[in-house]
Amino acid sequence: MIKTRLKNLAIAAAVTATSLAGTSLSWAADTIKVGILHSLSGTMAISETTLKDTMLMLIDEQNKKGGVLGKKLEPVVVDPASDWPLFAEKARELITKDKAVVTFGCWTSVSRKSVLPVFEELNSILFYPVQYEGEESSKNVFYTGAAPNQQAIPAVDYLMNELGVTRWVLAGTDYVYPRTTNKILEAYLTAKGVEKGDIMINYTPFGHSDWQSIVSDIKKFGTAGKKTAVVSTINGDANVPFYKELGNQGISAEDIPVIAFSVGEEELSGLDTKPLVGHLAAWNYFMSVDTDENDGFISAWKQYIKDNKRVTNDPMEAHYIGFNMWVKAVEKAGTTDPAAVQKALIGVAVPNLSGGYSAMLPNHHITKPVLIGEIQDNGQFDIVWKTSGLVPGDAWSDYLPGSRDLISDWRAPLSCGNYNVKSKKCSGQNY
Amino acid sequence: MRKRMRERTTITMARSLLSLLLFFLLGGCPSPSLSAVQATDEPTLQDAWKTLTDKSYRNKEKAIAIIARNNTAEAYPVMKAMLEGKLYFSARDKALFIVEKQGKNHKFTPLFGGKSITQTNKHGFDKVKINNRLRTRLRQALAQLQLRHPDRDLRLTAVQELLKRPDPGTAGLIQDVVKKETDPEVRTAMRTLLAINQLDSTDRNKQRKAISELAGSLNPSALNALSAYRPTDATLKNLASAAIRNINERRERYDRAEMVFFGLSLGSVLALAAIGLAITFGVMGVINMAHGELIMIGAYTTYVIQLLMPGHIGLSVIVAVPAAFVVSALVGMAIELSVIRHLYGRPLETLLATFGVSLILQQAVRSIFSPLNRSVETPEWMSGAFQVNEVLALTWNRLYIIIFCLIVFATLILVMKKTLLGLQVRAVSQNRLMARAMGVRSKWVDALTFGLGSGIAGMAGVALSLLTNVGTNLGQAYIIDSFMVVVFGGVGNLWGTLVAGMSLGVINKLLEPWAGAVLAKILVLVFIILFIQKRPTGLFPQRGRAAED
Repeated sequence: MIKTRLKNLAIAAAVTATSLAGTSLSWAADTIKVGILHSLSGTMAISETTLKDTMLMLIDEQNKKGGVLGKKLEPVVVDPASDWPLFAEKARELITKDKAVVTFGCWTSVSRKSVLPVFEELNSILFYPVQYEGEESSKNVFYTGAAPNQQAIPAVDYLMNELGVTRWVLAGTDYVYPRTTNKILEAYLTAKGVEKGDIMINYTPFGHSDWQSIVSDIKKFGTAGKKTAVVSTINGDANVPFYKELGNQGISAEDIPVIAFSVGEEELSGLDTKPLVGHLAAWNYFMSVDTDENDGFISAWKQYIKDNKRVTNDPMEAHYIGFNMWVKAVEKAGTTDPAAVQKALIGVAVPNLSGGYSAMLPNHHITKPVLIGEIQDNGQFDIVWKTSGLVPGDAWSDYLPGSRDLISDWRAPLSCGNYNVKSKKCSGQNY
Repeated sequence: MRKRMRERTTITMARSLLSLLLFFLLGGCPSPSLSAVQATDEPTLQDAWKTLTDKSYRNKEKAIAIIARNNTAEAYPVMKAMLEGKLYFSARDKALFIVEKQGKNHKFTPLFGGKSITQTNKHGFDKVKINNRLRTRLRQALAQLQLRHPDRDLRLTAVQELLKRPDPGTAGLIQDVVKKETDPEVRTAMRTLLAINQLDSTDRNKQRKAISELAGSLNPSALNALSAYRPTDATLKNLASAAIRNINERRERYDRAEMVFFGLSLGSVLALAAIGLAITFGVMGVINMAHGELIMIGAYTTYVIQLLMPGHIGLSVIVAVPAAFVVSALVGMAIELSVIRHLYGRPLETLLATFGVSLILQQAVRSIFSPLNRSVETPEWMSGAFQVNEVLALTWNRLYIIIFCLIVFATLILVMKKTLLGLQVRAVSQNRLMARAMGVRSKWVDALTFGLGSGIAGMAGVALSLLTNVGTNLGQAYIIDSFMVVVFGGVGNLWGTLVAGMSLGVINKLLEPWAGAVLAKILVLVFIILFIQKRPTGLFPQRGRAAED
């Protein structure tokens, strides 16, 4: 008791000292630690390094504005090296050793599943910025990327209604995100009256590079007289040889359009985009979004990274939204205590980069607009379609038999991530 | 004022050209006077031109329909420029321009008279953007106009475009042009298109003729039309189903040929990646885990060469081959001199040390070039496909890589069999002590051999950079496959590596259609494990003294 009082006294003294001296040195004594858990080496470094830089930029900007609750933010960067078990270890280190009160991190679903038990055990907060397969709602995770109903379903609707597609190829890399997404899409398409024979599902290993026979199969499947489209959940790296093969076998975007959920500006920057013009992607943000917020964000990013050619992408916007939500929630709660911030986060709304406000929902997902873009020859997307309003993220898909009856609401008195509306029970599992 | 003048000239120009065009274009397009009649309730041609600068794709689509229907002299170049992304409009007065690249400059030629503007950037101009729907419309509209183009290739693409979406409306136009067509291939395609339309005819004879015409075609639309064809007549029905059977049989034959080609091309990539290893691991006995990184260095060399030679994409790839060889060979020799030299006869330590080297190389490249993937542009002569017929197409890049693989292999065999270096390499690998006694500087030979193997890995990197990602992980993806090929082929045997690479490629592609890409890869691995159990020395085991130690 005396100890804490002494500590408080020390803090008070430190704060006074700082306000008197005003040097940045004394700030370091009492800062708010923000954990950044993104791979800086290994296979995922290609995507995750950018997000680490984004976070550093956002923290830097916030500090220039005076920090949060009168304290400066201090980023703590760790490198889980694309190694899933290491993610859990590093997460524990961040929370217990470095005393990070909030963590921004993860890219792949498997890394998120790996850190989930740690965040739940230590009751901390994780902001997850990437589009994912859904079927999860943890008390400790805030999902700022798209759930399937904020990306996959609207994309399929667009193809069906605007391009008149009646025959579907669901192509993906062989892991949990594509498998679950394709399961949802298959159920959705079947519900819309598409016959089994008009759906072709194909999985390939990570980093697949020999697409000849698969593309040739797609070509044959697509020349059966019905308008065909490919819904691609192919993961980052494998996309380059896939699109190259499409171009070489003479499949143009008009013949068989490919709509991708994992190809953004960053992936295109490593690619010669001329043969890809007209192929599509569905995201909640594109760099080409024409708003003042976005212009400001892009120029700040280019200035921060000191490279005029760097691009922005959807997960970056997710971190932008997530970080601002956290700042707002901390100010609302008046403390950085994770338990209080978790409560305060629900209902917080901050501006997104596409000219609207995104709000945190009780299921820990957010509201976002859905945009469809066509690839241009300069590596950017031309937005050809947009939902009329914001789409609320749905943790549990309405199209899968198991999850149809589940809802998630982390507000009291329900406080449950998977409440079954039929049996009126919370399954009790933590997520 | 100037704007109105331009509009007026447009109208007069358009009118005089219309009458001219009417003379040339007999059928197909509705008479241009129609648009004058509809002018009251539909936007006019001038409006249509203006609408092209509009933001809405729907409006642009309508505008294109009007432009295509009126078919003035500007219609063809404008639609073509629009499709190629060369149609711009000035931000100031929305006048349309077609842009051409001239060296470093962009030349903006106004559509309706006026001075052309040449500038280095595109400031002050906006592109007329198009989407997929518009692209489809434009292609269809262009195809109809291109049917009379003097260029035979353009006529062919035009008919093929129309074949993709057979439209009864074009039947009259086709009937008209097919009579004047001189090229046999274009004529066949036109007749297929006509036959598809004639299946709907009420005349039984015409239907019968159409079926026999379609039976000879391999075009997917022909098969689709026959499959959708529902005659009431039993004889016609039999004819049609016989035709479908005939087409399917022929298609299957070509499908098999295609599968073998895919297998060989995958095989040549595997062989190419493994040949270098066949020397370092096979001949020298060094387990080099950094082999993949030497491939990666070759790929990055290609990227750097392309940066150094902007505007000469085709040439840069050719220059990259010797450059990648030299760079990778130098890196390889440095590894040999600094690490491997001290570890001969200690395979476990070599494995660990070279694995460490591979991590160092990866991180070094990541630090120099950033962790993001780099893009290597594929030259024009390597994109697209060699169209054997309507179902069989061999992609150029794959064809070139098969040839490249064979050239590299033949050169290597020559070096090993006919040169002094080759002789010394063989001597050292067979009996080091005896070779040294004969005056061979074995240490120098070791370094050169390792350099040769590494250099070939670098050349493989050039080929891979055109197929897949140029990233720091490129090598890791190929190291396992390379070892697999060398072991399967028989350690120390170059021919074994080639045969093993090719056969693994073909086996993989044969399994893929029914097992899927993931399972096919597993099955191949299982097959190799079983094979190595039976024949531990691989396909072509080395005989003689070298095999004994």
